[in-house]
Amino acid sequence: MNIFENIGKYFVLMKAAFTKPVRAKIFGKRILAEIDSIGINSIWIISIVSVFMGAVLTLQVAINFENPFIPRYLVGLSTRDTMILEFSSTVICLILAGKVGSNIASEIGTMRITEQIDALEIMGVNSANYLILPKIVAAFITFPFLSILSIILGIVGGYLVSLFTGVVSLYDYVYGLHYAFIPFYVFYTLIKMCVFAVIITSVSSFCGYYTQGGALEVGVSSTKAVVYSIIIILIFNLILTQLLLT
Amino acid sequence: MIEVKNISKSFNEHKVLDGINAEFQPGQVSMIIGQSGSGKTVLLKSIIGLYIPEDGEILFDGREFVGASIKFQREIRKEIGMLFQGGALFTSLTVEENVMFPLNLFTDYSKSEKLDRVNFCLERVNIKDSNYLYPAEISGGMQKRVAIARAISLNPKYLFCDEPNSGLDPQNSILIDRLIKELTQEYNMTTIVNTHDMNSVMEIADKVYFINKAKVWWSGNNEEIFHSDNKELNDFVFASELFKKIKENL
Ligand SMILES: Nc1ncnc2c1ncn2[C@@H]1O[C@H](COP(=O)(O)OP(=O)(O)O)[C@@H](O)[C@H]1O
Ligand SMILES: [Mg+2]
Repeated sequence: MNIFENIGKYFVLMKAAFTKPVRAKIFGKRILAEIDSIGINSIWIISIVSVFMGAVLTLQVAINFENPFIPRYLVGLSTRDTMILEFSSTVICLILAGKVGSNIASEIGTMRITEQIDALEIMGVNSANYLILPKIVAAFITFPFLSILSIILGIVGGYLVSLFTGVVSLYDYVYGLHYAFIPFYVFYTLIKMCVFAVIITSVSSFCGYYTQGGALEVGVSSTKAVVYSIIIILIFNLILTQLLLT
Repeated sequence: MIEVKNISKSFNEHKVLDGINAEFQPGQVSMIIGQSGSGKTVLLKSIIGLYIPEDGEILFDGREFVGASIKFQREIRKEIGMLFQGGALFTSLTVEENVMFPLNLFTDYSKSEKLDRVNFCLERVNIKDSNYLYPAEISGGMQKRVAIARAISLNPKYLFCDEPNSGLDPQNSILIDRLIKELTQEYNMTTIVNTHDMNSVMEIADKVYFINKAKVWWSGNNEEIFHSDNKELNDFVFASELFKKIKENL
């Protein structure tokens, strides 16, 4: 199917999703459930990846800049800014696209092929609104927190590696963390996180929602969800960086 | 009463339904029969608007459905209960939550009133002590019965069943068939059932529509089937040795 038709279908689906829920109480419950499955369930993977990346970034920079004219505290600064600017938003979201995106697409895809979505529609329920909107809202709320968590743990990872290997002194590392800190960078990352949250959840829901066929096709949708989410995230990363940082 | 007038539906040039006319009466079980792939499911889903027919009218007690606003369609759908081929229970919800689902959305009952209604519906379909089980934990026959309980929880005026006994053993099939018949009469529902199972037709059909080559090829009641000389209908009905013997002994 051609790309413009898909984009059109995507926006029609989003229009149906972004309507007022019938029951606020049920909507609230759905959001809480999704916060658990989308956000809370991702904490461990984000934590592990962030600690290790912070540690490796610190090691790399410390080893590669063994030049007496480059001050050592730049190691701390580079770990901090790399985490804040790119790692704890873009890279984390690429990982979340794999975990959350495939999960959403296969969940909704399975509901499609087992006629659970038809069952919702027959009951007079707006299935897009019922299934998709809570996921988007939940990701929108939780992703910024995951990002903050990732920044902190990345910096902790760098700290630990400095502590245990001594590639850079703790004093220099911590001094670098404070040096020339630009609070706007954090704001920039949180904005990116919110945008990526919407991209991952809505694109993956779209891929799942229009699954046709059987179990095999659910797998195909799930793969598509990950690939499309990643490509769109990369494009928007470029656009947002251009808009916000230049 | 549901009136279907001149409904047509195709997928990519392939005409699945071509000018279907039918009338479904309250308090009766109307059955749509035909081979697999003849378009029974498409017809059922077109009647309730899950597929949009290219042509034709559908009237629910005089209310035009095709082309009506989605809001109006949702209003009518609240009066419809549907039993899907695979049951289509929500896998992430328990039996009780499944049956309660429509009540949560569309009634203002208190918690205990809802529970009463759920238990009433479950008892009506002979499900006991399974409120807290998940669909994956109960048998296919039970899933179908829970799906019926969910379909009738809001006291629907119209009941649609897509191959209610596919995948069930003969005993469970008859159980489900009889349940559908009883409920139809008890609540004076307009019931439409898809099937390719002639046993069901003999058991519960009040009116039969035979779909062949995208058209209503034959219609009548389940007595008349035996005396029809429609060739395609006979080929379909008397495919099994059992039914051939029955015909010979008539
Ligand atoms: N969503 C769809 N897209 C394309 N073709 C479809 C779709 N749904 C059904 N069909 C086609 O319509 C025909 C009738 O299918 P169906 O109504 O499911 O048959 P059955 O009588 O077994 O229920 C089949 O040839 C099927 O391939
Ligand atoms: Mg079918």
